[in-house]
Amino acid sequence: MSKSAVDIPPKGGFSFDLCRRNDMLAKKGVNPPTYRKTGTTIVGLVFQDGVILGADTRATAGPIVCDKNCEKIHYMAPNIYCCGAGTAADTEAVTDMVSSQLQLHRYHTGRESRVVTALTLLKKHLFNYQGHVQAALVLGGVDVTGPHLHTIYPHGSTDTLPYATMGSGSLAAMAVFESKYKEGLTRDEGVKLVTEAICSGIFNDLGSGSNVDVCVITKGHKEYLRNHQLPNPRTYVSSKGYSFSKKIEVLSTKITPLKEKVEVTEGGDAMEE
Amino acid sequence: MSIFEYNGSALVAMVGKNCFAIASDRRLGVQLQTIATDFQKIYKIHDRLFIGLSGLATDAQTLYQRLVFRHKLYQLREERDMKPETFASLVSAILYEKRFGPYFCQPVIAGLGAEDKPFICTTDSIGAKELAKDFVVAGTASESLYGACESMFKPDMEPEELFETISQALLSSVDRDCLSGWGGHVYVVTPTEVKESILKGRMD
Repeated sequence: MSKSAVDIPPKGGFSFDLCRRNDMLAKKGVNPPTYRKTGTTIVGLVFQDGVILGADTRATAGPIVCDKNCEKIHYMAPNIYCCGAGTAADTEAVTDMVSSQLQLHRYHTGRESRVVTALTLLKKHLFNYQGHVQAALVLGGVDVTGPHLHTIYPHGSTDTLPYATMGSGSLAAMAVFESKYKEGLTRDEGVKLVTEAICSGIFNDLGSGSNVDVCVITKGHKEYLRNHQLPNPRTYVSSKGYSFSKKIEVLSTKITPLKEKVEVTEGGDAMEE
Repeated sequence: MSIFEYNGSALVAMVGKNCFAIASDRRLGVQLQTIATDFQKIYKIHDRLFIGLSGLATDAQTLYQRLVFRHKLYQLREERDMKPETFASLVSAILYEKRFGPYFCQPVIAGLGAEDKPFICTTDSIGAKELAKDFVVAGTASESLYGACESMFKPDMEPEELFETISQALLSSVDRDCLSGWGGHVYVVTPTEVKESILKGRMD
């Protein structure tokens, strides 16, 4: 069978057909592109009735801040969430992929997903790609066997810990955990400690910044506190706004009116014979 | 040299009140030599959805053709236009497919969604989506565009003011970038009409 003339939409998997050209360009002295990284502080801890995850909200491309309020705590299952650090596209893609696999698994079994299932799916994918899929994750959730917290490294190795940090601000955050974490924290103590650890990353690590996101997962319940704390509000906004004294010079203008969207309502009487 | 600087480009999209604007420069160059000064970088997907492609022009055109192909397949199967959110996911998926041998292209997507809600989004060359509420930028002039937009942007602008703001931001930014400029191309899209304007800029 010959290959069809048009490339039909693929069913999945990576395509390597530009690799040779890109390698050729690299050999001619073209620098490889910089990708958007999360440059992150992400943390998680186990408290008395569940797991708390935390993240900062800065995304960077080299030294440039390209998103001041991005989301790094990804949905995996109703009872499982996952913080992602590393190349933004990889953390996004790998968590999305595993979360849909978990959804299908729930449809098949009719049971709540377990954290170890998510863990195994993630580490299998990452190990397959030998660290080239650059995602460093903190996975947390509460399932039928209790609360669980894991870290997953880009090469596919995993840890099971009572408190964990990842990303460029992991050292700053771990310093807070090491000095203040204890077993059997209450919810409020836990949220406070996670917030403090993230703030330590925000203020001491240049790759992390902006706001604090927190996610509290307990048995049968979760609470996603988006922008739980905003320690870096904008202070340089002009109250009057910006006005332009000289108008822009326009060479030509073309105005195309848009047709109104026609709503077709189904139902009603069918045409009589 | 980075491959993103080979042809040069500046792209920006902004959100207004029930409208959006997307603008680009008009230069096509090969490093420091200018090839064309009327180059199209913003493409129409359907009446209310536009995509701007910055980066390597050859990849931008290839990617555009693939996106149009996928959008037409969607139209045939679903008998409707794609929502901007869906289209952003499609772009992201197509780019991430080539994670290890990417298109050297950074897209900016802008469209009007359900109930005329404006949507803007950008991704990097391997499909990491960035959804923004105010403005997005891309291209070789992106650093100066960040600064200009950060100070000039106001929330909930009417179409006329939005046009003035995005044009001023674009022209002032490209004047600080050798690789982009030579006029501007602006689309302002409201629920009732699309206004396409060619801006006069410095020709040096």
